[in-house]
Amino acid sequence: MLDDFLIRAAIAGVGVAVAAGPLGCFIVWRRMAYFGDATAHAALLGVALSFAFSFSLFAGVLAVALVLSLAVTGLSARGYPVDTLLGVFAHGGLAVGLVVMALIPGLRVDLMGVLLGDILAVGKADLAVIWTGAALVLGLLAWRWAPLLTATLNADLAHASGIDPRREQLILTVALAVVVAVSLKVVGALLISAMLIIPAATVRPLARTPEWMAALAVAAGALSALLGLWLSMVADTPTGPSIVAVATGLFALTAGVRARRG
Amino acid sequence: MALLSANSVSVFRDSRLVLDGVDMSVDRGEIVTIVGPNGSGKSTLLETLIGAIRPDRGKVVRAPKLRIGYVPQSLHIDPSMPMPVHRFLALPHPHDRLSRARALAQVGLSDAVEDQPMTGLSGGQFQRVLLARAILMEPDLLVLDEATRGLDQPGTAAFYEIVEDLRQVLNCGVLMVSHDLHVVMSASDRVICLNGHICCHGTPEIVASAPEYRALFGMGTRGTLALYRHTHDHAHDADHNCGHDHSHGDGDHHAG
Repeated sequence: MLDDFLIRAAIAGVGVAVAAGPLGCFIVWRRMAYFGDATAHAALLGVALSFAFSFSLFAGVLAVALVLSLAVTGLSARGYPVDTLLGVFAHGGLAVGLVVMALIPGLRVDLMGVLLGDILAVGKADLAVIWTGAALVLGLLAWRWAPLLTATLNADLAHASGIDPRREQLILTVALAVVVAVSLKVVGALLISAMLIIPAATVRPLARTPEWMAALAVAAGALSALLGLWLSMVADTPTGPSIVAVATGLFALTAGVRARRG
Repeated sequence: MALLSANSVSVFRDSRLVLDGVDMSVDRGEIVTIVGPNGSGKSTLLETLIGAIRPDRGKVVRAPKLRIGYVPQSLHIDPSMPMPVHRFLALPHPHDRLSRARALAQVGLSDAVEDQPMTGLSGGQFQRVLLARAILMEPDLLVLDEATRGLDQPGTAAFYEIVEDLRQVLNCGVLMVSHDLHVVMSASDRVICLNGHICCHGTPEIVASAPEYRALFGMGTRGTLALYRHTHDHAHDADHNCGHDHSHGDGDHHAG
């Protein structure tokens, strides 16, 4: 069954949705959208480095994403505005990544694949990486769910309950790095934060509790992946953008219904 | 042993000394109130006591396994997060329906609010839900940071009456910071007047007549104390409209 590239693509897409749904809710609740974007863009530098030193793509992207988030957190504690830092790292990472790639002799990277994803080329090993990463992220979020919610609501409330909000922030940062690393092949560096933010924003009007919102975001993400895959087959469109286009369509649908209800 | 104490605590912020050698403590069963003008370090002191800020000098000592029920001065819930009351009360630990209903009753709310989103509550209801959450923590110490900001005067008085009752029911200490001098002063066992350092402390009567306190808050304080006693007699639930006007103006006409 896994020999069919379409089946593998579908399983990969759903895997990304499973991890990105709940994490995306936190990104939306904490207004970290730009943070997700910066991490994803800088992933390009990770791609370049993993080619340059020939280690696994996953490890390269994960390492760069982690270093970036820690650098942003550290520098912002020293008084730099966070949005400025993210602007520097997002575009700096993208640019330096492209320069490093050009400097490696004989390297021919499928740049479109890195930027927009290449879900149809997902192999069995990729599937293992994606689902391991997704399970890791889900496990991490489930384990820390109540402290994460408390810290997201109010830092002092967390402190008074014996929860360190900085530790919870670090956990989200690690989860984000993992999601970026596993999603790169599926939707590409430019569209990863779309898979985090759009499903969460889509289901917000339908959810009455944080848990429901996370679950529904997984469903919306998975539906987008499957419909997008189908769309790209019948209309012969690039797959990553098709998935994000479907997700955006779903968002417009629930936003429209919400607006009509007033 | 005190539930919580600060020993010569100093805190710098941006190399400015915000707290200067503060010594204080709270015991079980007493209500201690910190008053002070804006920028006097009240919130910094509270944040240091709950562990959000590490003191640069001195130390904060907490009783072993001290449970703190914290009521922040304001809590912004991002509209992107669906948060019904029953779910909020379960942070960070879940409680059964009965305990939730009991805690809501203790703050004068019916459990009909359980399914409402937090963002749909009135200001008074919202603060009471925050207090109910703190009660569910089974606290040894209740910490309230200007918990009545934005409430009208009867609402504020009703809120502090609940707090006074809770001290008995929960057998806990209460530490609060407030601007509502008149209400707070007489609801407290001890008052700490803060302006970077501790200017004066003691029973409300002692603090209100201390020259340091008067220098900070002016001479009208006697008047507001009198006003408090006056309004307190009439205090009624903020959400209950009894149909006649209880407005007492800004209190100046009571000052003499």
